[in-house]
Amino acid sequence: MPARRTTSVVAGLSAVSLLALSACGGSGGDENPDAWVLNGGVWPVVEEDLDRYSEETEGVDFQVESFANDVYKERIRTAVGSGEAPTMIVGWTGGTLLEYVEEDYLVDITEQTEGLQDRLIDSVADNGVVDGTTYAVPMNNMQPVVLYYNRQVLADAGVEAPTTWQELMDVVPALEEQGVHPFSLAGNSRWPYLMWASYLTDRLGGAEVFEAVVAGEEDAWSHPAIIEAMERCQELVEAGAFDPGFASVSADQNEDGQLVADGEAAMVLQGSWVYSRLLQDEPDFVESGDLGFTTFPAVEGGEGDPSSIVGNPANFWSISADASEEQQEAASGYLEDSLFNEEYVDGMLETGNLPPLTGLEDEIAETEDQEFLGFAYDAVQEADTFQLSWDQAVAPSQVQPLLENLEKVFLQEMSPEEFAEEMNATQGQ
Amino acid sequence: MTQTVTSPKSDARRRQGPSFLMALPAVLFFGLFALVPLAGVVVLSFMSWDGLGTPSFNGLDTWFRILQEDQTRNALWLTFLFVVISYVFQAPVALLLGVFMAGQQKYRAFLSVLYFLPLLFSSVAVGITFQTLFSPNYGLSPALGWDWLPAQWLGDPNIALLVVIFVVGWCFVPFHSLLYQAGVRQIPATIYEAATIDGAGRMRQFFSLTLPQLRYTIITSSTLMLVGSLTYFDLVFVLTQGGPAGATRILPLDMYITGFREYDMGGASAIAVILVAVGVTLSLLLNKISGSSRMESDKAGA
Repeated sequence: MPARRTTSVVAGLSAVSLLALSACGGSGGDENPDAWVLNGGVWPVVEEDLDRYSEETEGVDFQVESFANDVYKERIRTAVGSGEAPTMIVGWTGGTLLEYVEEDYLVDITEQTEGLQDRLIDSVADNGVVDGTTYAVPMNNMQPVVLYYNRQVLADAGVEAPTTWQELMDVVPALEEQGVHPFSLAGNSRWPYLMWASYLTDRLGGAEVFEAVVAGEEDAWSHPAIIEAMERCQELVEAGAFDPGFASVSADQNEDGQLVADGEAAMVLQGSWVYSRLLQDEPDFVESGDLGFTTFPAVEGGEGDPSSIVGNPANFWSISADASEEQQEAASGYLEDSLFNEEYVDGMLETGNLPPLTGLEDEIAETEDQEFLGFAYDAVQEADTFQLSWDQAVAPSQVQPLLENLEKVFLQEMSPEEFAEEMNATQGQ
Repeated sequence: MTQTVTSPKSDARRRQGPSFLMALPAVLFFGLFALVPLAGVVVLSFMSWDGLGTPSFNGLDTWFRILQEDQTRNALWLTFLFVVISYVFQAPVALLLGVFMAGQQKYRAFLSVLYFLPLLFSSVAVGITFQTLFSPNYGLSPALGWDWLPAQWLGDPNIALLVVIFVVGWCFVPFHSLLYQAGVRQIPATIYEAATIDGAGRMRQFFSLTLPQLRYTIITSSTLMLVGSLTYFDLVFVLTQGGPAGATRILPLDMYITGFREYDMGGASAIAVILVAVGVTLSLLLNKISGSSRMESDKAGA
């Protein structure tokens, strides 16, 4: 009997220690710099570039791990908060960057990126600067939100792509008569609502309106421009401008873009990534030349600059302050010497992605997708401001209430005034 | 007299039973990965923490805030609806299917295999498939074109919860049917033969024999269903993410969204504690009602 007891104790203890060991194995503690990236889209190009740099540079070997978008966003915050962040952190700037900077999680990279800054488009690069200090540099493609349309559908209805709000409201009934939905909208994913809200706010009141929100000013959400933007969104819903099933349409499956390609809907307001998705899913449609694109219409009497762009300027690299000195050096060496090297830029352009660099006109003219890339590139270059998507710009704790309240506005379950009130309550919390 | 009979019996059982040390690994495992995190969550529920920086104690503030929020009350109510309707939907269907599948006929064995399939699919795959089926543009409704089908299944706040309950039921009915099938097959055929001789018809046999004989299976399946749907998360999250307009934001989703989307770890912990409390109460209650602590062998009692 006693013999049997000891064995079971030993077995039990060894089971526990095994678990402890395997738990340690996961965190990895060597001196190689690591980087977490996302997958899909432009990210394979990023990964390849890091691998290439590791091969070419002695003593540097980047450990790259890739994640799905949502998984990454959840993990990175916990990792940064617990001091376990990778050396190189991918970010969207905005509210999260401000929080990281405030808590001293990031390294000042102003000096190391000075050379790079000259090549970057200012309206994009500015997002990584906090109080004159650079904490993040853009590292992949610009993603402006543009208005896509189906040329054939518009021609059948005898209308043209709207350039002003009045024109937009006029084409709605004309398209409805043809039995097509004027706009598709992926409400199930919620963030596409933001595109309408932020463009309208920007056109009506200018960039300052939303800057006040980001700055945490009290009652910033009750600005007349935001209220009116919400009212116009509801007017659109009432006028039947959106596909009546919009609340169930999901952007993850690119359903909203698909509707335009199928001619079920005439137009869609979406990010530049929809172009690559369509190129992949509906190559015939894109090649036929029926896919048109333009910028968001000007709004008569609005104070905002009609050239302004909303979207995601880019993803940004930051360097973790929790990394060891060697790791930090390796990472800043990469940013200084290699970021946006020739192969990297070519790789991006080949996959239909726009690097946030100046003077790329010639390279773009040589690409297969020069029509779209050229259009998007010019739009960004000419833009007065490039406003970061609202869900990235606001404080992280505000994101979910913003998306949920906006959904209620579009579903007519909340008035614009109630929206402002609800959002003001989250301000500065 | 009775005492003298029972005490040696229980003594004997104690001696026969395996030593507590055998359970030690399991107990340690449970302690390390269930009790310790649970204690952490309780502590965290009295703190304010956004995931970055250091958590700070703020006493009962988080609790007051969470309990006063409409969202939490709404989530509690939705969870109640979710659990009750899920049960009312799943239990009879699973029971009937299980009894049907227990028959020895060839075609029933074939159908059982089909019924069993949903259990093998991952919930994310099921979620995405149903999302496509329910799409207002590319889904069932436009394909069939019947007017009485709702155009929006998951997008209409009035029916979204029911649709989600249906999909979750579709996934879990096979499992419970399997339990019932096994239960029915354990009922001795002689009882039915005796009942037939006594002149009991099929209905009578079902209600007077099958159902009472299945009582322990019913208890097991009900406990799993009720506690399971109380904490169910993945499929609902894939289908609706708690939307539209919060119509399917049941308690587990509320906890996740509060914690990992709104970065309010204190609030999420408070919701988690509520969830644990409700879950434990529910299982204890079910245990009490069913008297499963007194549960002895099926055969011996009958």
